[in-house]
Amino acid sequence: MKHIKIYLGLLAGLVLLYACSKREASKPAEEPIVFVKPANFPSPTYNFEGNPLSNKAFALGKKLFYDVRLSADKSVSCGSCHQQFAAFAQLDHNVSHGVNNCLGKRNAPVLFNLAWQKEFFWDGGAKNLEIVPVNAITDACEMATDLNTIVSFLKGTNPYPQLFTDAFGQNSITSQNLLRALAQFTATMVSANSKYDKIMRNPQQYAFTADEQQGYELFKAKCASCHQEPLFTDLSYRSNGLDINSADEGRKIITGLESDKGKFRVPTLRNIELSAPYMHDGRFNTLEKVLEHYNSGIQRVPNLDPLLKTGMALSTTQKQQIISFLKTLSDDEFIKNKIFSEE
Amino acid sequence: MNIKNISIAFVALFTLVLTSCKKNETVTPADEKGAFTLEFDNVVNGNPLVLETQNYTNANGDSFNVSVFKYYVSNIKLTKADGSVYSAPESYMLVDASKPASLLNSLNNVPAGDYTKISFLIGVDKERNLAGAQTGALDPALGMFWTWNSGYIFVKFEGTSPQSTATNKSLTFHIGGIVDPNNTIRTFSTSFSAANPLRIRADKKPQLHFKVNVASLFTGKQNIKFGNLNFTMGGANSVIVADNYADGLFQLDHIHN
Repeated sequence: MKHIKIYLGLLAGLVLLYACSKREASKPAEEPIVFVKPANFPSPTYNFEGNPLSNKAFALGKKLFYDVRLSADKSVSCGSCHQQFAAFAQLDHNVSHGVNNCLGKRNAPVLFNLAWQKEFFWDGGAKNLEIVPVNAITDACEMATDLNTIVSFLKGTNPYPQLFTDAFGQNSITSQNLLRALAQFTATMVSANSKYDKIMRNPQQYAFTADEQQGYELFKAKCASCHQEPLFTDLSYRSNGLDINSADEGRKIITGLESDKGKFRVPTLRNIELSAPYMHDGRFNTLEKVLEHYNSGIQRVPNLDPLLKTGMALSTTQKQQIISFLKTLSDDEFIKNKIFSEE
Repeated sequence: MNIKNISIAFVALFTLVLTSCKKNETVTPADEKGAFTLEFDNVVNGNPLVLETQNYTNANGDSFNVSVFKYYVSNIKLTKADGSVYSAPESYMLVDASKPASLLNSLNNVPAGDYTKISFLIGVDKERNLAGAQTGALDPALGMFWTWNSGYIFVKFEGTSPQSTATNKSLTFHIGGIVDPNNTIRTFSTSFSAANPLRIRADKKPQLHFKVNVASLFTGKQNIKFGNLNFTMGGANSVIVADNYADGLFQLDHIHN
C-alpha cells in the first residue's frame, strides 16, 4: 500500500513539474499590477488581505466594471456613472442616471484613493470597499438586478468562465469573487500625481504660481480642517448649511440620530475641477458657485458644522485664488492611465 | 524545471508519505472528533409553521400569517461540565423556513466529549458585518444583507395582518444592526441535563432538536401591536423585537444521542 502511494506521489510530482514548466513557457511578458502607497499618503485601510492582487483578477474586475450586460436592461455599467475622464464621477449629471432612464437621488462620487476610505457613499452606509458595488447592482434606479442573476449570467457567458478560472481557480464564479475582482480594480485606482503632489514630494523641482500659492494659503486657513491633506477629506460627516430643511436626511439614515440630519461625508477635493457638478445632489455646476455658497449661502441649520458658524467671507480675488489652487489637484496621469480605461 | 518546482514536488511527495505513515498509527482518544446535527423546527406557539396559508395570533390578539421567516445562527460554542469551551470555527448557518434542507445543519470535527451547554449568536458577529465579500451562508446574494447600510439581516420576518396599517396590510420585520444603542446581536444559550449531555463520539451523530417560535418576536419584553409597529429595518424598533426574541426564539426540545 505504502509503495503504491509513493509511486503516486512521484507521479503527482512529475505532473506538477510538467504543469509548472509549461505555464512558465507560455506566460506573456506583462507588467504586474501593483498597489503603491504614495510617499505623502498615510497607510491605506484596504490592504488586499484575503484578496491578493493579481493581473488576472484585476483584468477581470475591469471587464466587469465596464460590462453593461450586468444591468437589468443591459444599458448601464459601473463605468456609465463613473467615467474616467471625470475622475470616475459622472460629468454633467446632478444625480446618477440608471436603467430605464431612472434618476437616482444623489451625485455619483469620484472613484480613486478608495483604499484609504473607511466608509462609502455620501452617508457612509457601506463599510467595506468589497461590498460597495452590491448597492448599485441592486438599486432599482441604478442597475436594478441582483447578485444571483449576475452570477448566472457570468456562468453562461464566454469568456467569463475562463477568466474566473484564470483569476480564482476552478468553479469560482461566486458573488464573493465577482466582488473581489471589482475591488482589485477599484482599490488600485490611486490618484497622487497632481501638480500639488509633485510640489509636495519635490519642492526643489516644482512650484506653485503666485496665485496658486495664495490660494493654498487661503485653503489651509479656511478649508483644510475638513478637507484635510493629503486625501483632501477628513472622512467625517458634516453639514455645510445647504438647506434649512434637508430633503435628504444624509447620515441620519445610517445612525438614526437627529444630530446627523443633513450631514454628508466630506468629499475629497482631488480632481475637483474634473468632476462637476458638486454637493451630494449635484446642485452646483461650477466651483465659483461652490465658493459663493461658502461666502454668502450658508444656511443656519441646526446641525451646521461649528467651523462654519462664523461664516467664511471670501473676496472675488480670494475665490479665484482658491480655485487656482484647487486646479493643481487635477491628476492628468490618472484620468488618462490606460490601465483603468475601457478596452 | 527550476529549484522551486523541484522543491514543490518534494513537499508534495513528503506530504503523501507522511499521510500514509500516519494512517498506520492508532488514533489516540485525545484526537477523536465527531459530528452533531442542529435541527430547527419552526413553530408558532407550538403549532407547526405553515407559510402563507395559515393564520396565527400574536400575544396582543392580532391575527397574522407568515410569508418569509429566515434567521442566522452563528458562533456556536459547546461547554463541558468542567467549564472548558469549544468554539466551532466558521459556524454560520442560515435557516430559511421555505428551504427544508436549511433546517438541518451539521457541525463536524468537534472534539469528542460530553457537553452540557450550547450557546450561539442569533445573528452574525460584528466583525463579519464589517468584513469584505463573504461566501457560503454569508453570501450577500442570499437576501439577508443590507446594501444601503451594509450589514446582515439577522432575523427576517414578512407576512400580513388585518391589523397592519401598512400598504397591503404587510408586516416587515428585518432585524439587524451592530452599533449601540441599536445593536441587535443576541446570544442564546441553554444547558443540558448532566444525565443526558451532548455526547460527541467518532462513531455517533447526535442531534439537538430546537423549536423555533416565530411568535416570540412579538412578545416577551413588550407585546407588539401590528397597528403600531408593522415595519422595521434596523434602529430602535428592531431592538424591541430583538429583546423580545432573545430568550424565547429558541427552545431545546430534546437531544437524540
